[in-house]
Amino acid sequence: MSTNRLLEEFTAQVRAKVVSLSHDARTPHLGSSLSCVDIIVALYDSILNVDPKNPEDPNRDRFILSKGHAVTTLYAVLAQKGFFKPELLKEFNQPGSPLPEHPSFWCVPGVEASTGSLGHGLSLGVGLALSARVQKQSFKTYVLLSDGECNEGSVWEAALLAPAHKLSNLCLIVDFNKWQATGRSQEVTALEPLEEKFASFGWGTQRIDGHDFSQILPALQACGQDSEKPLAIIADTIKGKGISFMEDDNNWHYRIPSEGELLEAYKELAV
Amino acid sequence: MRNAFAQELTQLALENSKTVLLSGDIGNRLFDDFKSQNPERFFNCGVAEANMVTMAAGMAMNGLVPVLYTIASFMIYRPFEQIRIDIAYHKLPVLIVGVGGGLSYASNGPTHHTLEDIAVMRSLPGMQVVCPGDAWEVRAALRDFLSNPQPTYLRLGKKGEALVHQEVPSDFSIGKALKVREGYAGALLAVGNMVPMALEMAEVLAQEGIDLAVYSFHTVKPLDDAVLRHCFSNYAWTFTLEEHSCIGGFSSAIAEWLVDRPFLPGKLKRLAFADRFIAETGGQSYARELSGFTLPSLSLIVQETFASTHVYA
Repeated sequence: MSTNRLLEEFTAQVRAKVVSLSHDARTPHLGSSLSCVDIIVALYDSILNVDPKNPEDPNRDRFILSKGHAVTTLYAVLAQKGFFKPELLKEFNQPGSPLPEHPSFWCVPGVEASTGSLGHGLSLGVGLALSARVQKQSFKTYVLLSDGECNEGSVWEAALLAPAHKLSNLCLIVDFNKWQATGRSQEVTALEPLEEKFASFGWGTQRIDGHDFSQILPALQACGQDSEKPLAIIADTIKGKGISFMEDDNNWHYRIPSEGELLEAYKELAV
Repeated sequence: MRNAFAQELTQLALENSKTVLLSGDIGNRLFDDFKSQNPERFFNCGVAEANMVTMAAGMAMNGLVPVLYTIASFMIYRPFEQIRIDIAYHKLPVLIVGVGGGLSYASNGPTHHTLEDIAVMRSLPGMQVVCPGDAWEVRAALRDFLSNPQPTYLRLGKKGEALVHQEVPSDFSIGKALKVREGYAGALLAVGNMVPMALEMAEVLAQEGIDLAVYSFHTVKPLDDAVLRHCFSNYAWTFTLEEHSCIGGFSSAIAEWLVDRPFLPGKLKRLAFADRFIAETGGQSYARELSGFTLPSLSLIVQETFASTHVYA
């Protein structure tokens, strides 16, 4: 586990890599990838019991990136943690590359599920958590959703079922960056009060600043502490976080950074 | 078929500790024995099929072999994307069981009819599609699946279907059609709950001088290549019979197979349901009657087909 200062350096490197991947491969969803950097870094650095040398360990913790369009963040973190060689990132989204534009079960070690169609991850997490119970395994399952993803009905089917089974080995994190592809998420569907919704469904809940490690880490560590409930963490985040001219500007859902914007981002991140 | 399914699964679960059963809030009392023997391996997932399918995928990712069970129309149509991505794309060992396939639930109306399920399921890469011809074949199919679990759709009827076999057919294997009647004039390939009807047709037609071999073509995917080569090489006419739309089902699969082999001399005649919703009120036999799926009507089509080409036996 790193100190918060080291974590912040780690996140700056990840953000720089995420911007460069978008620039080099000309792939969208940059704002969405940047909003969840701190959460994914916290998970892989300090929370998940995973071993890059034994990525198929049956007792490893599971992380499902349900918002699969943010895959560049996952790739950057997995590469840094040694699940695959960082040089492979240069092949991101190239023909024949093992690193596709949305994560695949079949791509590189460390990616647990094929996502990209929204609304699947939480149900996968429920299945994994139940299978751990059936087989008397102690691992935990963490699932990261976007706020726009909460439009999907299947999310709420899973949200209803998990507390009925008291899945205390399941942790849901909503990357609540307040935007979805074409509008403010709160204007598209009445998500708020989101924490209260999950609480009323029977989840343990926390609402945190999703960019503050002093809040992220204790929240994630709380998974399993209440043996009766799954845990939902509503993480308030900023789309495009870390690059001033991208922050809270939804054009960066699809925009590709120019060479100049890439260099400007590097300068801001001091990498 | 459904009682045989529940009994066989309960028995097999004793030997297969990885087997878990997920129900979409149906099968009241049907699974009591399974539940009492394996309370930790039965999950009533409620009326939430999308979540149920993906949950099963999650379980399979961690080594379990889930069996999903609900009414066929709800099992396939609503959570089709979940089946496609979470089970098929991940190549996970999940058995997707649809009870009441075809018109088994005819009186419940088109919401409960399942005449397009084979079409969509066989289009999924790597998905096996199995339609047992009777309760014995249901048991055999379950055993075969559990011996080599992979993404599979099992299309069941409901209850009380006529038996084709007297016991579990020892030569049953997913992907291998079963010959259930000898004949030399032509072949009748029947799927699922139409196999008993096919045998009755063959008896009627034999009295008219048309002696058909009948196959229970329980596996629509993968197709039994050897049996098809035999039929289209040796018979002037091969007929397909299914309780499914004429678009995309078993007969379409055979038609696709045949046009890719233009060197084969045999011809195909399809007996399938018209491209329409059967909105008229009535049970399975009435719905079949409306669609021309009666013993006399179907037998007549076969006779006329032979007559049209003067290829009587």
